[in-house]
Amino acid sequence: MSGSITAPAIDARGIRRVYSAKPAPITALAGVDLEVQPGELFGLLGPNGAGKTTLIKILTTLLLPSAGTARVFGFDIEHETKQIRRIMNMVAGGEQSGYGILTVREQLWMFSQFYGLATREGWTRVDELIDAVGLDEQRLQRVSSLSTGQRQKMNFARGLLNDPWILFLDEPTLGLDVSAARSVRELVVGWKAAVPGRTVLLTTHYMAEADELCERIAIVDRGRVLAIGTPAELKQRVQRESIFRIELDRLVGGPTALARLPGVVSATAATAAQAGGTTGDPRQTVEVNLVLVEDAALGGVVGALGGLGARILALRKSEPTLEEVFVELVGRGFDDSEETAAHALHPSEAEPDHDREHQEVG
Amino acid sequence: MTTRAFIGRPTASPREAADWSRRRILANNLRSVVGRAYPRVRGMAREPSWLFFEILLPFLTTSSFVFVYRALQAPQEYVGFVVLGGAMTAFWLNVVWMMAAQLYWEKDQGNLELYFAAPMDVMSVLFGMAIGGLVMSATRAAVVLVVASLVYGVQFSVDQWGLLVTVFVLALAAMYGLGMVLASLFLMWGREAWHLTHVLAEPVYFVSGLNFPVAALGRLGALALATIPLATGLDAMRQLAFAGHLGPAPFLPPLAEAGILVAMTGIFLVLARFMLRALERRARQEGRLTVRWR
Repeated sequence: MSGSITAPAIDARGIRRVYSAKPAPITALAGVDLEVQPGELFGLLGPNGAGKTTLIKILTTLLLPSAGTARVFGFDIEHETKQIRRIMNMVAGGEQSGYGILTVREQLWMFSQFYGLATREGWTRVDELIDAVGLDEQRLQRVSSLSTGQRQKMNFARGLLNDPWILFLDEPTLGLDVSAARSVRELVVGWKAAVPGRTVLLTTHYMAEADELCERIAIVDRGRVLAIGTPAELKQRVQRESIFRIELDRLVGGPTALARLPGVVSATAATAAQAGGTTGDPRQTVEVNLVLVEDAALGGVVGALGGLGARILALRKSEPTLEEVFVELVGRGFDDSEETAAHALHPSEAEPDHDREHQEVG
Repeated sequence: MTTRAFIGRPTASPREAADWSRRRILANNLRSVVGRAYPRVRGMAREPSWLFFEILLPFLTTSSFVFVYRALQAPQEYVGFVVLGGAMTAFWLNVVWMMAAQLYWEKDQGNLELYFAAPMDVMSVLFGMAIGGLVMSATRAAVVLVVASLVYGVQFSVDQWGLLVTVFVLALAAMYGLGMVLASLFLMWGREAWHLTHVLAEPVYFVSGLNFPVAALGRLGALALATIPLATGLDAMRQLAFAGHLGPAPFLPPLAEAGILVAMTGIFLVLARFMLRALERRARQEGRLTVRWR
């Protein structure tokens, strides 16, 4: 049933996209299957050149797949483009859209007209959104004079003008400083939470961003989805043992005393810290890295420490990062893959020199 | 953080949100025309430097021809021909440079993909560009016409005001229709189209008879009348603005030229729509037009 809220927000099957290029065609997507449910904040995580932007272009009806089908809330991306365009919006990182000569308020109003808002309704909506994204002071400022962060907030406001059911965010915090990036992330979460059923598809190559924002993540590389799951599920893939760091006031017999306990795989000394810090208190503490077969083994360790007269000052569970998940899946790090992708996959690198005037990483 | 703006005006389902009536679609397209014209009209007030470039410089160009005719002791009507040609040049320049290159610039700025991804028909954007450009050029044309007429004492002799205004409007419609076609061509052909415009600029000025009656060119002039809206519009307006014309007998009466302009407008608009559709199809197939690095 087209346009039903019960239909998946995104249902992509076998999506392939091949760009013609010299000396050889470039496969940007090599058979992507993806299902995103209504109300999800779903992340596509992958290095540059992984195919994330190409997938977004296809789902936003700007690009046709070379093979495969996709539906957005039940609407076919090839034949029901108008319907999809009425219920979606998109914002890209580093977006320079619009006209610098207009003020923030005027620019947003102009876009409101493209999205079908009535004239007066458009001005009202624009003012509401300017307040919501924190651009009140820049309301009458020319777009050309905005900082990168302010500009991205304005772009985000543009993306919300038509109350989309699904918002596509392509690297929305690209090039932003820490504070501006945090603001944008808060806006994303706040907007999505305001009305049930709103869906966000976010692409990023920032691991922490995906981890913080996304309910589920697809890790993509070289046009393929390598794994899909919640951040916790993905991390679980690489965490076969439980790892804890434990800080003690002392440990008679050293870490080896713990290594013999049931369920303990290894116990090694970390750094020795000085509890007194700069106060001159000479008390030394002991930090131990504990690798356990499972979390349940921790109880035995804590009991044993009591028997040894050690007092626990701090206990922290170590979790693998999404980067470790990526390395596990791909066999190389994100930075390595960016380098590789930039040279092996990026179409701008593959095209002849006479086309370079049009090239800008998209 | 939940604000009223984030709640917005939610719809019951995506189906309801996507189900637009014909009236709503029409309203969306009309509003988009206004929306796209807006930056151009606002821009006029924001950057007064255009007054110098768009009015003073063309006025000087027009003046140079006036002095040539005066030196030759040509009849005063010829000064009027030049002034009228100078005024219409404003629109032509706007069409072949600003209007034709606009989609190309929009692509570079990243606006084009937002236009394609929005629910309106992209023809609305082209109409908006045309109207915005027309308002800008009309100001320039009016200033050149009024100032030059006063300074050089041009005497207009109009018998049929209604037809003159109609021909003027039709000439603009045909010229901007051509501009809409050129906009798609520029986007598809890029630099090649740009070079073509450069190459054709002076020949088009020549055969359009900007500073003399086009009938003086014989068959070449007739060909220009049939193909270049600037030539057709100018010839008709000259006949109507300076009744009891001088120089070679015109090929066609103003009414017939008005008919040609109507036909040109229709053909250009249909062609522009066809080309835009082809453009969007190609954009989606090849990814070369909306994806900036392609």
